[in-house]
Amino acid sequence: MQKIGVFVCHCGTNIAATVDVKAVAEALSHEAGVVISQEYQYMCSEAGQNLVKDAIKEHGLTGVVICSCSPRMHENTFRKAAAAAGLNPYLVEIANIREQCSWIHKDIATATEKAIILGKAAIAKVHLNTPLVAGESPVAKRALVIGGGIAGIQTALDIAEAGFEVDIVEKEATIGGKMAQIDKTFPTLDCAACILTPKMVEASQNEKITIHSYSEVSAVKGFIGNFTATIKKKRRFVDETKCTGCGACTEVCPMQKVPNAFNLGLNNRGAVYIPFAQAVPKVATIDANYCLKLRKGDVNEKVCGKCAAACTVGAINYHQQDEYIEQKYGAIVVATGFNPIKLDKYDEFAYNQCPDVVTSLELERLMNAAGPNGGTLLRPSDKTHPHKIVFVQCVGSRCDDSKGKPYCSKICCMYTAKHAMLIREKYPDTEVYVFYIDVRTPGKNFDEFYRRAVEQYNVHYIKGMVGKVTPKADGTIDVQASDLLSNEQLHIDADMVVLATAIEPDKTARPLATMLTTQMDTNDFFTEAHAKLRPVESATAGIFLSGACQGPKDIPETVAQASAAASKAIGLLVKDSITCNPCVAHSNELMCNGCSACEKVCPYGAITYQDKEFRTPYRTTVMRRVASVNPAVCQGCGACTVACPSGAMDLNGFSNSQIMAEVDAICK
Amino acid sequence: MNNNLKEQVLRSSGVNVLKCMRCGKCSGTCPSYDEMEYHPHQFVYMVEKGDIETLMESKSIYKCLTCFACVERCPRGVEPAKVVEAVRLATIRKQGNNHLIPDAIPEMLDEDLPQQAIVTAFRKYTK
Repeated sequence: MQKIGVFVCHCGTNIAATVDVKAVAEALSHEAGVVISQEYQYMCSEAGQNLVKDAIKEHGLTGVVICSCSPRMHENTFRKAAAAAGLNPYLVEIANIREQCSWIHKDIATATEKAIILGKAAIAKVHLNTPLVAGESPVAKRALVIGGGIAGIQTALDIAEAGFEVDIVEKEATIGGKMAQIDKTFPTLDCAACILTPKMVEASQNEKITIHSYSEVSAVKGFIGNFTATIKKKRRFVDETKCTGCGACTEVCPMQKVPNAFNLGLNNRGAVYIPFAQAVPKVATIDANYCLKLRKGDVNEKVCGKCAAACTVGAINYHQQDEYIEQKYGAIVVATGFNPIKLDKYDEFAYNQCPDVVTSLELERLMNAAGPNGGTLLRPSDKTHPHKIVFVQCVGSRCDDSKGKPYCSKICCMYTAKHAMLIREKYPDTEVYVFYIDVRTPGKNFDEFYRRAVEQYNVHYIKGMVGKVTPKADGTIDVQASDLLSNEQLHIDADMVVLATAIEPDKTARPLATMLTTQMDTNDFFTEAHAKLRPVESATAGIFLSGACQGPKDIPETVAQASAAASKAIGLLVKDSITCNPCVAHSNELMCNGCSACEKVCPYGAITYQDKEFRTPYRTTVMRRVASVNPAVCQGCGACTVACPSGAMDLNGFSNSQIMAEVDAICK
Repeated sequence: MNNNLKEQVLRSSGVNVLKCMRCGKCSGTCPSYDEMEYHPHQFVYMVEKGDIETLMESKSIYKCLTCFACVERCPRGVEPAKVVEAVRLATIRKQGNNHLIPDAIPEMLDEDLPQQAIVTAFRKYTK
């Protein structure tokens, strides 16, 4: 005989304002098997949990139904409470009468009716619940960090510091990411390379860290503690183990007209290149799209080959092939970062027409000592000093969906103030105008920094937006804009225009999210497990988020999040084993017809088929092909139970009969 | 503030003025800016406040070229030119006011003006 306890939560007024909780408790008390039905203001509180525990002990309950918030919120809380009182935790069911009831309904009568129905469904299910025991699975003591920018580097260093092996996978030829391209950093104006490159070197010298540069993650299988990733090391036509980074090959390469991606195409490099002097690993890479020999198709033909001849250690290998490495990982940290958006849609700013209209990241390179002009700010068109520079804020940020990105890119106000200040400091004869909509400077010492640009460096901040940029025949640029405070339209004869371009997640993020079965928002930023309380974990267990792949961030925030993600990953890696979800699928071999439908739909590869001997009448046996589930790999998604035509597949805790009982209770 | 007029302008323009983030790009891009007493961004803001009559009395409504540069470039998709057009329409549709007085016609007549234009003008501008 079942003895079921029902506990209805008010959730303060969250539920009680729309659902008559007393009526729900009363109605559910008459259901078959229910021996106690109570309501309480906060069931998740210590006192509320004690109510449940006491009732389990006092009435010897065989099942518990909590009518409260979503099971995502507090299922674990109540399962733990039940376990503490001696009841198997999987005999607890949650009826979600908050998210699915009180929050979405306005009318008390209908909301109450629905709450009662949801409660009845949960009671019908708990009648059929069976005690389940969670198994354990081991944790691979190695972490994978995807992305080698400052976020990935910091995460890897922190995990290695704790004593675990870490692999960094970086798609470019060097780690360092966007920070390596930046000139100075706000609000302290220290040089980015001076603080980043020591970290890059630290990462490369750390025995626990393996850097896979010029590589991509091509497949990920498994689950928390037991991921298997395939890393594709793209062929760079240079043997990494032999190359000393001397640069002799880059000097002799005759193909010197390749747009230098590190300098955003502002100057050229050779087909064989080392991205920048402090690159890590400092290894040359041949760009097969430009290399005279590799473009031919047949590398045995006698074309060029100058780099191979110049290389004293014989590192150049035109026959190199892509290499695939398979490795087991306990935790994965995503740090894929950001890119500035393409500006093709914004004709009004004349970005594609005029070389002197540049993005802010391009300006970073133009001002960088290692940049195309050796740190002297010159116009890209005629290499002269600009004397009047206009900055435009919010280009592509804060837009209607059809016009650009709906979010604020967060870093532009500060880096524009930085650019303006640096230019005024170095070239005091230059006039600098900044057109802004709002100046957003929340952050430590941020507003003070912006005020310095205005008060100390005399940067002209104008409230308004640039409407039209027109390159003129004399080489200057007409900037037509509104000055909202003086209510007039301005025309500024500028020498250069700098666009504070919106940032977006890297293009590789979306296919990666699919591979990792993690969630993204509509802007392709990775979604955290909880916006406030679990900001560095993804909703998929064992996958953590670091840096701008989760949302626009400046360097201090990125580093903070990188360390937070590392500490979460370390928290997982120190465990020898993790508790598995016991709600996994199992196959009834006597009903299985061996069709393989379940094997095909299983996203985790948990189902295998085997030939098994079965007894038949008159002491005969028969061989049949049947499915079997590996419970350590199964994640309990239930896809196989739906695909199975014979009803042989069933899910513990969500069996076909339990689901049907719920449906029957709702339709009664 | 005239709520009926505001309602009429919002309905006939189909514009949601609350989407405006006050960046002023519409006025930054407007080729008729210097001709106008009230500028595109002011149109949007004054319609939001319900101050329609001031706009209706201003010559600005006839200075807008309806070139749609502001519509094309507004980052928020507000479409200021449609607001100007709606205010212009509100003026034209004003009840109980004769914009055209028959006695004044002979003086305005032009040999090249087709008769149909005069008839249409009477139909449209007198009530």
